[in-house]
Amino acid sequence: MTTELTRPLPRSWWLQKSPYFQFMIRELTSLAVLAYSSLIVWALWSANDKGPFSTFFDFLETPLSVWLHMLVLVAALYHTGSWIALTPKVMVLWQDDEQVDPDLIAGANGILFLAITGVLLWLVL
Amino acid sequence: MTEQAVLEVYRYLPDDEAEPRFQEYEFAYKDNWVVLDALNHIKTEIDPTLSFRWSCRMGVCGSCGMMVNGEAKLTCEAYVRDYDTATIKIEPLTHFPVIRDLVINMEDFMAKLPTVSPWLIPAEDKALSDGEYLQTPAQMAHYKRFSMCINCMLCYSACPVYGLDSSFTGPAALALANRYNLDSRDDGQGQRADVVTAHEGIWECTYVGECTQVCPKGVDPAGAIQMLKLSYALDWAKSLVMPRGGKN
Repeated sequence: MTTELTRPLPRSWWLQKSPYFQFMIRELTSLAVLAYSSLIVWALWSANDKGPFSTFFDFLETPLSVWLHMLVLVAALYHTGSWIALTPKVMVLWQDDEQVDPDLIAGANGILFLAITGVLLWLVL
Repeated sequence: MTEQAVLEVYRYLPDDEAEPRFQEYEFAYKDNWVVLDALNHIKTEIDPTLSFRWSCRMGVCGSCGMMVNGEAKLTCEAYVRDYDTATIKIEPLTHFPVIRDLVINMEDFMAKLPTVSPWLIPAEDKALSDGEYLQTPAQMAHYKRFSMCINCMLCYSACPVYGLDSSFTGPAALALANRYNLDSRDDGQGQRADVVTAHEGIWECTYVGECTQVCPKGVDPAGAIQMLKLSYALDWAKSLVMPRGGKN
């Protein structure tokens, strides 16, 4: 009887090809959302301290906080961009027997994202 | 015009050697040779013990898929002249058990294909005398690209999810499910749900996207799986809102 050879994927599989590495980076950027959620939970928790949100506001003024926010922003934008790029794969639209240009769908989603972000910034700032 | 090429070929001879190894073959090749031509040259002129699958030599049968310099390729479509490396490394498709040399065991793939019911399931069976199930070219356009699969398994070889967990139904089988779900003559989306939406189905796909990149026929399995995710999620939402009428 012939012995078949199985070849398990090594733990370093995601380092073997550039697209695999990019995929892992994309997935890791979702941790930024977790990190920021944890930050907000901590902010709510700090409201029980001596003054409302005082510990949190003190932390926001530190250089570490500024760097952390920049890192989270870049990661979140990268993750958002990857989702917007995915939209034409999911939203396959047809008009008069012609498939709508995938770039048009991704572009429309991108513009929608920017518009909603703009409105939120206008409300907050 | 002839030039020299060196192929570094994966050898696994379980009857004689316990471990696989690489063997180099150097020979003169012609400008119009594909990698499959080079392998056939090795087998007929240099080493008849080398084993590999092939059939049509024109990108139709899907038999000659191998890893060429680490990329899943149909060797009948990979020109030797396009590789400027000192050697061209040829290995069997990754993620599949190796039977011998470049020959892999495809039983797992063949077992998975029929699980998605890749055939037309019409809402009502018609008598033969009632004629064909008609379809317009526009209706066909909705699924045509997903029907071009030649079962070459390159997508499985490029998918790390399948490599890590072989219970994953996989790109080609799920793309085939989407092909029939999109067919205007088909009403089997509900019947395919158990397999397609199982843990081993669409939800195991993390959208690495390499299946689409390596597909020699432009099938876009990654896109098909994302379409299935949306379609079945909508079915689920409809069944919540309209418990009696939300099903297909």
